[in-house]
Amino acid sequence: MAESSMPSEKTNPPLLSVRGLTAAFRSEGMSLDAVNGVDFDLTLGKTLCLLGESGSGKTVTMRSLIRLLPPTARIGGRIELDGVDVQSLDDEHLRAIRGTKVSMIFQEPMTALDPVFTVGHQIAEVVVWHEGVSWSAGRKRALEMLDLVQVPSARRRLDSYSHELSGGLRQRAMIALALACRPKLLLADEPTTALDATVQIQILLLLRELQRELGMATIFVTHDLGVACEIADRVAVMYAGRFVETGEIGEVIKTPQHPYTIGLLRSTVHAGSEKGRLTPIPGAPPDLLNMPPGCAFAPRCSRAVGACSDHVPELAQVKPGREARCILVSETTPS
Amino acid sequence: MLWYVLRRLVYILPILFGVSLVCFSLLHLAPGDPMTAVMPEFGSEELIEQIKRSYGFDQPLPVQYFRWLLAVLSGDLGTSIVQDRPVWNELAPALVNTFQLAVFGVAISLVAGIGLGLLAGYTRRLVADRAITTTAIVGVSVPHYWVGLVLIAIFAVSLGWLPAMGKAPPSDAFGFDDVRYMILPAITLALIPTGIIARSVRATVIDVRKHEFVQTLHANGLPQRRIFLHVVKNASPTVLAIIGIQLGHLVGGSILVETVFAWPGTGYLLNNAIATRDLPLLQGTILVLATFFVLLNFLVDLAQPFLDPRMKRH
Repeated sequence: MAESSMPSEKTNPPLLSVRGLTAAFRSEGMSLDAVNGVDFDLTLGKTLCLLGESGSGKTVTMRSLIRLLPPTARIGGRIELDGVDVQSLDDEHLRAIRGTKVSMIFQEPMTALDPVFTVGHQIAEVVVWHEGVSWSAGRKRALEMLDLVQVPSARRRLDSYSHELSGGLRQRAMIALALACRPKLLLADEPTTALDATVQIQILLLLRELQRELGMATIFVTHDLGVACEIADRVAVMYAGRFVETGEIGEVIKTPQHPYTIGLLRSTVHAGSEKGRLTPIPGAPPDLLNMPPGCAFAPRCSRAVGACSDHVPELAQVKPGREARCILVSETTPS
Repeated sequence: MLWYVLRRLVYILPILFGVSLVCFSLLHLAPGDPMTAVMPEFGSEELIEQIKRSYGFDQPLPVQYFRWLLAVLSGDLGTSIVQDRPVWNELAPALVNTFQLAVFGVAISLVAGIGLGLLAGYTRRLVADRAITTTAIVGVSVPHYWVGLVLIAIFAVSLGWLPAMGKAPPSDAFGFDDVRYMILPAITLALIPTGIIARSVRATVIDVRKHEFVQTLHANGLPQRRIFLHVVKNASPTVLAIIGIQLGHLVGGSILVETVFAWPGTGYLLNNAIATRDLPLLQGTILVLATFFVLLNFLVDLAQPFLDPRMKRH
């Protein structure tokens, strides 16, 4: 199986190493395969962006990394985080890494924060639980965190409830909560989608700044190419539960290889888009319960040939650090 | 917060006014003339008029209402027609008895209802949940006076463990004997509230556990017992409102349960008042119980903002 490799990997061992990740939801005899074999490495200080439409498996991929899925989900493959095999952890050890080594911010801070506890209490609670410090020390850390995420008059906000904050402040509080125990890996699930455009860019800048300051690795899930350009080092385009193209963000935008990525770039406005009309991709993403044989994108692909339906193409290396899952690419580039 | 309290107070005034109107109308809506019971059987027209005047029944209804309301507000609930004693003298001991039983019943229904509801909410669709939900539905549906009779048949008649009816003979201190007399009626009384509380706790817990913040708590590595506290605090406002209404019912006493167990409480008193057409007694008892019910819900409303900070805005 092809593996994405990053140039920096040769010097630093990766913080996170994922091999053959699959996730399926089983209920009453039916099995829905949301993630069908994902491989990647991520080093400290880097941001990987998972880009794709709704239902492409990007959120499930991310949640699988900390096994934050309903009990009906089956996660396969190997996930190694900071030397720990996540798949083999029992509940207690899994809880011990959640919030400390890895934490997560969610799309909608209004519902992701507990409405009946103050923001300060929720941050302090995590610190108290993981680090065994007193509540007053936890509260002190909560104040530091709110300062860190640039919440104005942080001391007063400590005793605010989430409904008393604006959307942007609420997302900052959510980030403060996620970073309270200084995780090495931050998982961000469309953290700016629910925000106004002006607030959105503030939050993106803040996340980038925090990442540099704290040296974290970040996985950022989004469907918004503009957001990806703003935040990502590398991008992995997902379609029907697989990576279809990976590479440095700038290169992927400049020279997209996979027909899906090309279609995606033509259908959205982003930093690299040319002037002219937007062209939508015809058709709709495949039904995960009834997947087409071979390449999942073939039914919508203008360049599809007969061989596309034979088998699922491998991720083929276009050049080091750059891969695409398309037979047209593997035919033209010797691997 | 002060505003919230004042606003709630303003809300209950029209409710209490309505309650008093209904209680006052009882006397006049009841079939037959309220005076028939006290009239001498072959009194002359003149005598009847005189008696009516002495009771104030010759006045227009609004005047009668405000006279009655003033009397009630100064603590005079009128005079029982049958006993010829102030209604309050009849009502006070009955209230005490009903309260005793209610406190016992409340304790049972809170512990059992909340406990079973939480268990069912956390074992959703599993055997424990199905068993509890079925039991709760049966508990709510079966007539509780019938359950009372069955309990008497088993524990009082067949086994002879507990007394079948009445209240322990008066003694100096509240003791074990008093409790023995209360066990069966308290369990019977607690049956319906237990079922209703269990079902609402279950539904609320299931709903709260679906909220996204529970995912956040899991993502931050908090253990189940800490997440449980978050779930309980989020569920408490809804559950408290339902508990408040159920407690009101319990404290109001139950005519059927108190009659089955011959428990000398307000329900028993109401039953007798209806049987003997003692309208002033009926009126006074209903007024006091209804007022209590309204005040209890007022207290529940006051407690809500402490559990859910979002309520302070409204």
